[in-house]
Amino acid sequence: MSQTPTNPPAAKPAAGHGAKAAAPKLAVLTPEMQQLQQHFGEALITPAPFVGVLVNDKRRLVDVARYLRDELKYDSITNLTAVDYIKEGYFEVVYQVQRSTGGEPLTFKARVPRPQGNDLSEPLPSLTAVYAGADFQEREVYDMFGIPFEGHPDLRRILLWEGFYGWPLRKDWHEPYYEGDTKPFESRWPGGDHKLAEERVPWEDNVNYPPGFDPLSFVANPDAGLYDSMMHGVRVVQSDGSALTTQQNGTATAAAERNGGAATALDELQTDQIIVNMGPQHPSTHGVLRMVVKLDGETVTDLKLALGYLHRNHEKIGERNTWLHNIPYTDRLDYICGLANEWGYVLTVEKMMGIKPTERAEYLRVLMAELTRIQSHFWAIGFLLNDLGAFYTPALYFITERDLILDLFESVTGSRLMCNYFRFGGVARDLTEAQLAHAKELAFERIPRKIDELEALLTDNEIVRARTIGVGYLPADRSINYSLTGPCIRAAGVPYDIRRVDPYGIYDRFDFDIPVLYGADVYDRYRVRVMEMRQSLRIVQQCLKQMEDTRWGDIQAGKKAYNHRVPAGQAYGRVETPKGELGFYLVSDGGQNAYRYHVRSSSFINLNSLKEMVVGHKVADAVVILGSLDIVLGEVDR
Amino acid sequence: MSLMGIGILKGLGVTLRHFIDTYAEDLKYILNKSGVQQPRPLRRQSPKNRGLVTVEYPKERLPLPENFRYIPFLVKDTQTNDDKCTSCGICAKVCPPQCIWIVRTEDPVTKRPVPQPKQFYIDTTICMNCGYCAEFCPFDAIKMDHNYELSYYPEEQPHKRLIHDKHILTKPDTYHAAIHPSDWQRELAEKAAEEEKKRAAAEAKAKAAANPAAAPSSTQPPASA
Repeated sequence: MSQTPTNPPAAKPAAGHGAKAAAPKLAVLTPEMQQLQQHFGEALITPAPFVGVLVNDKRRLVDVARYLRDELKYDSITNLTAVDYIKEGYFEVVYQVQRSTGGEPLTFKARVPRPQGNDLSEPLPSLTAVYAGADFQEREVYDMFGIPFEGHPDLRRILLWEGFYGWPLRKDWHEPYYEGDTKPFESRWPGGDHKLAEERVPWEDNVNYPPGFDPLSFVANPDAGLYDSMMHGVRVVQSDGSALTTQQNGTATAAAERNGGAATALDELQTDQIIVNMGPQHPSTHGVLRMVVKLDGETVTDLKLALGYLHRNHEKIGERNTWLHNIPYTDRLDYICGLANEWGYVLTVEKMMGIKPTERAEYLRVLMAELTRIQSHFWAIGFLLNDLGAFYTPALYFITERDLILDLFESVTGSRLMCNYFRFGGVARDLTEAQLAHAKELAFERIPRKIDELEALLTDNEIVRARTIGVGYLPADRSINYSLTGPCIRAAGVPYDIRRVDPYGIYDRFDFDIPVLYGADVYDRYRVRVMEMRQSLRIVQQCLKQMEDTRWGDIQAGKKAYNHRVPAGQAYGRVETPKGELGFYLVSDGGQNAYRYHVRSSSFINLNSLKEMVVGHKVADAVVILGSLDIVLGEVDR
Repeated sequence: MSLMGIGILKGLGVTLRHFIDTYAEDLKYILNKSGVQQPRPLRRQSPKNRGLVTVEYPKERLPLPENFRYIPFLVKDTQTNDDKCTSCGICAKVCPPQCIWIVRTEDPVTKRPVPQPKQFYIDTTICMNCGYCAEFCPFDAIKMDHNYELSYYPEEQPHKRLIHDKHILTKPDTYHAAIHPSDWQRELAEKAAEEEKKRAAAEAKAKAAANPAAAPSSTQPPASA
């Protein structure tokens, strides 16, 4: 896992609440952190509470990041978020960097004073020049906390719309229908004063307007910033047709280069570039995602994403919820693979509470998570074909297999997608004989046969090959810099899989490989997924065999409780979901609720690199490249 | 380099096999009618089936697994005709979207709470079907239902009907036993064990009461300790 010394019980000899007022325990420095401290001096780098180091002068942040990347080889930024310490009066921005060769991430933090009211805080320098993967994450922090990043190339709101008033993840921001800071709400029991949510009028005192705002005279133009930033570089044709103002930007020139000799001939033609909105309601965008593409003919020269159509502020909900309440909510992140998400959250909380699940539960977790990976990859490949134009016939073949796995989930957990199966220290239910027989039938007979069938259908298909080989190329070093994770980075030749680089659960007991390919294109991303399905199948088969030695029904460590208290501390836990690295950054103040609940979502951060993959390709390929990233909007928008 | 088009033909072969398998499965079924047969929906959706998987809902329905969960209901003990619910409020506390609202009954004279809910609401428009209420209820008084067909026409005022009050929520334990057979068996076994324990305790007490004179010195120390 990440920083191990998160919150040893020895941290606070005094009892619970008294210790909260005292200074929290400072993190133990790892050798890398000590090296960082030696290089920059002890005045700049000091140990932070619980986890990581504190960079005391924010002007030096970029230097620190550059040193981490170039000297200490922390080559990608895995997680970037902020925490609002309202009592202490500052925001703490948390950066977590990692090595693509593996190991725990290194955490460094910077603080800015909390501003008054709805003002922006003091700016922090942007790390996008060092880590391209910081792009969307910095925008998210800006969007949610109102912390601007100086030097960010495109600092706009990302999940909320332009013109939204307020910064939702600040602790003093209240949502409509606000009832209380933490659940359970007092009104539910024993008074039972029932009210329909719709009956509470949202526009009375629950919604804030900026001062001087008049809703009646307001004309929305939320996309002005989006389009303005794309118009740069568009050729403006003068009225007489002679003078062309060609402010070609770098990407367009790169596209011309890729077209080879044709570039010069095309340049002499008077062409206009146009901006096209793909989505948000479009089958190829796999949900409500809007790709704004700038086209030169059919070639994409620029791409921007408009996100947030499915945004419900999962993180704010998570901070209202008790620790237990959050488990079913994590199912709704990446709703294709709920069981994998639950594991990430439960793992992090278990780390903070210092408990371990039982043997049987460990096996059940692996079984469910690997079956989730198989069904998610079936889905991803099926829809990749849809994007290629093979409309639904092949996709439905794979959805059939997926549904057989979901049948097992349904009979064990009670729901096909929203499983709510993991518990702190265990799982909710064990498998009956009939369910085990179903799992064995799938793992040993049906799915191996169907993966062969899938390969017969696709791998050698000339149309698939023609459409995917060489499309969406992103080399390994760029992929790492963009914080790409999951099958996409393994298709670029980087054997980066959390199950191996930062192991969790009992994956060390199974014999399996991390498939790696080197094409870094759509075809290899497809093939890596197929190979991963075979490896997951190997794990499931071994798991089903090894499980027989564990005691049936022994699925919960300790007493089952509903009112957990998590000791004060911070932790970052991560798992390898079918989409990539899913991390949870949790801060506890010792209570029943998370003080800060942040989701490092792989789909969201993988989208960082979409522009570089797409630019220079035809617009029809943009659809395929997006399909090869395999995003789920529930996780992107949160 | 392989011959151009071979890959496509191979793919078409897969499609053809799916087509043939569907008829082969059905033929097997028709020719084998005399034997013991699974109902068609179950047969079609079994992992052993190689043909078409379609089940023609709502004409055909798949049986639901016992653990299937959709909207909770309250269990009424048909023997005593009492609600099993004691309005302890645990379900309201573990409910992640906070859709359970309970009014506790008060004794009209003493104003002390009575272990019976006066009113019990579940806002099914908010309920996320997580099943925590059923899982954490210490009295087996709230269970997850199997009825997933809840929809209303606009003129039926769905937003009012989808708030389930105690009247709608309460269902007899025979219904619970029918849809959750193994859970019901567990409850019966626990109840029997409890009664056995009570009976044993009562018997021991009766024994002790029956012959206190026989050995007063030997029974006295444990009673006082």
